[in-house]
Amino acid sequence: MALHLKDEEREIAAGARGEGAAMAMRIVTDAAKLLGADRLIPIKSAHIDGALFHGDSGTLFAEKLVAGGAKVAVRATLNVGALDLTGCAQIRLGEPQRGMARRMMDAYTAMGCEASWTCAPYQAGHRPEFGTDVAWGESNAVVFCNSVLGARTNRYGDFLDIACAISARAPETGLHLPANRIPAVSVDLSALERAFLASDVAWPVLGSLYGRLVGDAIGIITGVETDPGEDNLKAFGAAAASSGAVGLFHIDGITPEARNEGDDWQTGETIAVTPKMVADAQSRLSTAHRPDRIDAVATGSPHLSIDELRQLERALAGRKLSVPLYACTGRHALHWLEESGRRKTLEALGVVVVADTCVVVTPIMRELDGGVLMTNSGKFAHYAPGNTGYDVLYASLEECVESAVSGRPTLNGMRHGP
Amino acid sequence: MALEIGDVLVGGMDGAADALVLSRPISFWGGIDPASGTVIDPRHPDHRASIAGKVLFLPGTIGSSSASAVLMELVHAGKAPAAIVLHEPDAILLVGLICAREMAWNTPPAFKLNRERHGQFAGHRVSFDSGGRITSP
Repeated sequence: MALHLKDEEREIAAGARGEGAAMAMRIVTDAAKLLGADRLIPIKSAHIDGALFHGDSGTLFAEKLVAGGAKVAVRATLNVGALDLTGCAQIRLGEPQRGMARRMMDAYTAMGCEASWTCAPYQAGHRPEFGTDVAWGESNAVVFCNSVLGARTNRYGDFLDIACAISARAPETGLHLPANRIPAVSVDLSALERAFLASDVAWPVLGSLYGRLVGDAIGIITGVETDPGEDNLKAFGAAAASSGAVGLFHIDGITPEARNEGDDWQTGETIAVTPKMVADAQSRLSTAHRPDRIDAVATGSPHLSIDELRQLERALAGRKLSVPLYACTGRHALHWLEESGRRKTLEALGVVVVADTCVVVTPIMRELDGGVLMTNSGKFAHYAPGNTGYDVLYASLEECVESAVSGRPTLNGMRHGP
Repeated sequence: MALEIGDVLVGGMDGAADALVLSRPISFWGGIDPASGTVIDPRHPDHRASIAGKVLFLPGTIGSSSASAVLMELVHAGKAPAAIVLHEPDAILLVGLICAREMAWNTPPAFKLNRERHGQFAGHRVSFDSGGRITSP
């Protein structure tokens, strides 16, 4: 069946509400045709990944929408941009890129998007209700929104996200349809040690492994007895969405759809995860081989929550760092850091607070041939080598902090032997 | 001589170019340099290959939802593939072409062809047309 548009939708696409709204509606309908959707559905909110500068084209696109009078018709939060508009971190972006990046960010706020500038909008007060249809971009936000909140979104690419927000519609396809949210494959973690599952180092590793195992299939994870908590689920989803095309996962007895409907699900395939698979996945996250020093530490992909900043503060225990530790976060947590006086204390120790953006999407860390970056983020581990040129050493937050104090890799934490 | 008829996902001009058949799925964001079209993911088996001006056969795409932005930037910079052949329609990636077309930039076509049919084109010059015909001598 071909895409059927309502009269109103056809009129908007033809320009009844201005050229910006028309352009947005045409993009949504072209995407709907490509995806084989029968119709468009209303959405409640959007999270916009498209305001990150990758080159002039994105700025020109956003400015064309603005010039056409486009405004968002639903709540729309913004993902990271290429600049730190709060002034916390120095961005090494020269002209003309800096000016174009700024124009792009301004164009999105001019369309009515909220200046949230975070990849963790779900920890900055944007939490759609269970079962509602939304149009979210940014792969980690998409997977959290679907899996942990139980709202329904596809993985909206840059520019389709803003087009959906302007038209307040999305193609009815994919994860908007309940039948497509049922898991086809089980991933069984029961052979792993409970102590490992209780550690924060486990979840980015498991996410990275899970993404490679399932690709774009919907999976359910079994054998997890204790709720790993929101920050670990965030880290798991971000890593899974980096290594695979994961938009939704379930954890038996823990994530909301698995709690509600899990008893009726039967998967055709079960993958039993072994300690060896986990050890291999953990070593794959690092590209640096036995480095004798580190040059920087990066945390906060996705952006650090207030809880994670407290953990960082505890691990630091007031010690001076010998290499910079970048703490990437959003304005929601920055506000808390400043109100409580912690920002100054952390910066005096050598922490570089980064807001509105992060170290893999824009040049912040110094250019360094053969540089070694240590991180506790599976997503940073995945993208830093390509985007920053640094080799990566993956470790727990505590190991990252110890290493930033000494300047040498200090690895002593929880891991699986091969 | 190889001849396949793919589904036209995004229409464009007829043309011909050398094939680049990727052996593994790739994330455009973080995997392809938007300024040059070079594969920059050191973990990808085709690291350092260039997709610019090629008929790009993609077994799949993974990762970031900024793939569309990278592809649109490649189009604007004149470093896009001459045509893209996908195993299945990837809305994230192809939105980059849909938006580039809205901007009236010169947009390459995209076709759907089962990934098992991709390998025969490796190392060849490949012609493609608006009817979805993908051929090599």
